[in-house]
Amino acid sequence: MTSVVVTRGLVKQYGRVRAVDGIDLDVRAGDVYGFLGANGSGKTTTVRMLLGLVLPTRGEVELLGGRMPRAGRRVLPRVGALIEGPAHHRHLSGAANLALLDAAGPGGRRRDRRRRVAEVLDQVGLGGVGRRPVGAYSLGMRQRLGLAGALLRRPELLVLDEPTNGLDPQGIHEVRELLLDLHRGGTTVFLSSHLLAEVEQLCTRVGVLDRGRLVLQDQLATLTAPTGATVVDTPVPERVRAVLDGRVLAADGGRVVVRGADPAEVNALLVGAGVPVRGLALQRPTLEEVVLAAAGASTDRVERS
Amino acid sequence: MIGVELRKTFGRPRTWTTIAVLNALPVLVAVLLRITDLAPRPGEGPPFLSAVLTNGQLYPLAALAIVLPLFLPIAVAVVSGDAVAGEAQAGTLRYLLARPVGRTRLLVAKLVAVLAFVLVTVVVVAAVGYLVGTLLFDAQPAAAGTSVSGTSLTAEQLAGRTLLAIGYVAVSMLGVAAFGLFFSTLTDSPLAAALGALAVLVTSSLLFTLDAASPIAPYLPTRYWLAFVDLFRDPVLWRDVVRGLALQGVYVGVLLTAAWANFTTKDITS
Repeated sequence: MTSVVVTRGLVKQYGRVRAVDGIDLDVRAGDVYGFLGANGSGKTTTVRMLLGLVLPTRGEVELLGGRMPRAGRRVLPRVGALIEGPAHHRHLSGAANLALLDAAGPGGRRRDRRRRVAEVLDQVGLGGVGRRPVGAYSLGMRQRLGLAGALLRRPELLVLDEPTNGLDPQGIHEVRELLLDLHRGGTTVFLSSHLLAEVEQLCTRVGVLDRGRLVLQDQLATLTAPTGATVVDTPVPERVRAVLDGRVLAADGGRVVVRGADPAEVNALLVGAGVPVRGLALQRPTLEEVVLAAAGASTDRVERS
Repeated sequence: MIGVELRKTFGRPRTWTTIAVLNALPVLVAVLLRITDLAPRPGEGPPFLSAVLTNGQLYPLAALAIVLPLFLPIAVAVVSGDAVAGEAQAGTLRYLLARPVGRTRLLVAKLVAVLAFVLVTVVVVAAVGYLVGTLLFDAQPAAAGTSVSGTSLTAEQLAGRTLLAIGYVAVSMLGVAAFGLFFSTLTDSPLAAALGALAVLVTSSLLFTLDAASPIAPYLPTRYWLAFVDLFRDPVLWRDVVRGLALQGVYVGVLLTAAWANFTTKDITS
């Protein structure tokens, strides 16, 4: 599989602070890549370096096969981006904003501009918004308009920083469906977020950033693979312990973790012994557990040293 | 990109409000002169104002002289200071650069838009001045006007020199725009950039009046601003006009180079 975003030893130093400390990203074509990290862990700086807005102190960025920032003019027209929230000219309508953005750079033909603007507005659910100035939009509408701007040139790669920020639950669901739809159409998505649930529902591959370092990068399926244990839900945990002596790894109320990767076998043993079983499942670590194990404390905390 | 920037500048109501406000003062002065008939004595008050009662065709020049010391530079400083910093503050700068728009290209487009604003503003002030002048005061269509030196000028001479004067004022304002644009690449606050440019002008005007600062006086950006009056002497006194053009040229060249060097190597964190 070809790589869409590659960074090698990427470092960004602000004075004495290392915002990004030698990260090696590898995003492949067809991924929905979840870029996770606490606030202040360096996500936004990294995203800005990918797009050539911030210049790396050391290391290199390759975007769609071109070295950034030099190749920007060639590769950026194939990238759609939402960077740290949407931004528009408040006195202009949404359509006028998109038309100006489209006219500003290469790769947007004038002839079909109106049609393309109308298309992306429909796509993000702003088709009927009319000539209202952006200043009168709600936060969610602005977020949708920002997304429309990112989709304007049918990009091969979408770089999205917190795309569901400010959206209500229905809006979040809509955006998720839209992204999955684009992904099915062949778009690679790089999604930067601190919302674990969002990444878990959407992404195929995950990178975790902690204090400027990439502490984890793997397929989501691998990270949350079964642990080889079965979780039994029962009203009588002490009887499970009696029947499956020595195989019980942990018990927490009615939830008993039993060694054994075959729930059916566990069930047969318990039912055979007359133990009531309310539920059985393979134990999988949640993404939250994986991330918390890999990353340290929240970087919002400022401890006394 | 240049087209986009021009559309942005002239598509926003603020630009036209600024130009309208800029024209209010000369119009008010003209109305007061007309009502009271009390022109300043020759050699006092803004240049040309003493002569407009007898020749309304000189009013475009009087209007420029009225707005030149303060109003026009403020307007230019605000618009040029807003050029890059305004986009940074609104957050649209990062989307423009990721679109992608080359940084040099964006800076050039901003410069052209500011330049267009300067030209349109100066021409509108002159045009409104002409309209007000010929409406309110006596025009002397045949024997045109009198030069500042006392000899008479033909209508063609007067028109030609007025155009030169408009051009000269525009170049002087380009110097202000260069300061504004440079500061605009340094900060993410359009207000700070505009105030920075104005601080330079205030400092310059203040030092100009100070005898102790006379060694540096020839290099102050505002030193030759009013030299356009010399275009109406007979014969034309080119010395200060040429020096003014050269001085603004140096300022514009140095500041735009600095703005470019800063902007093309800057981390965009807005």
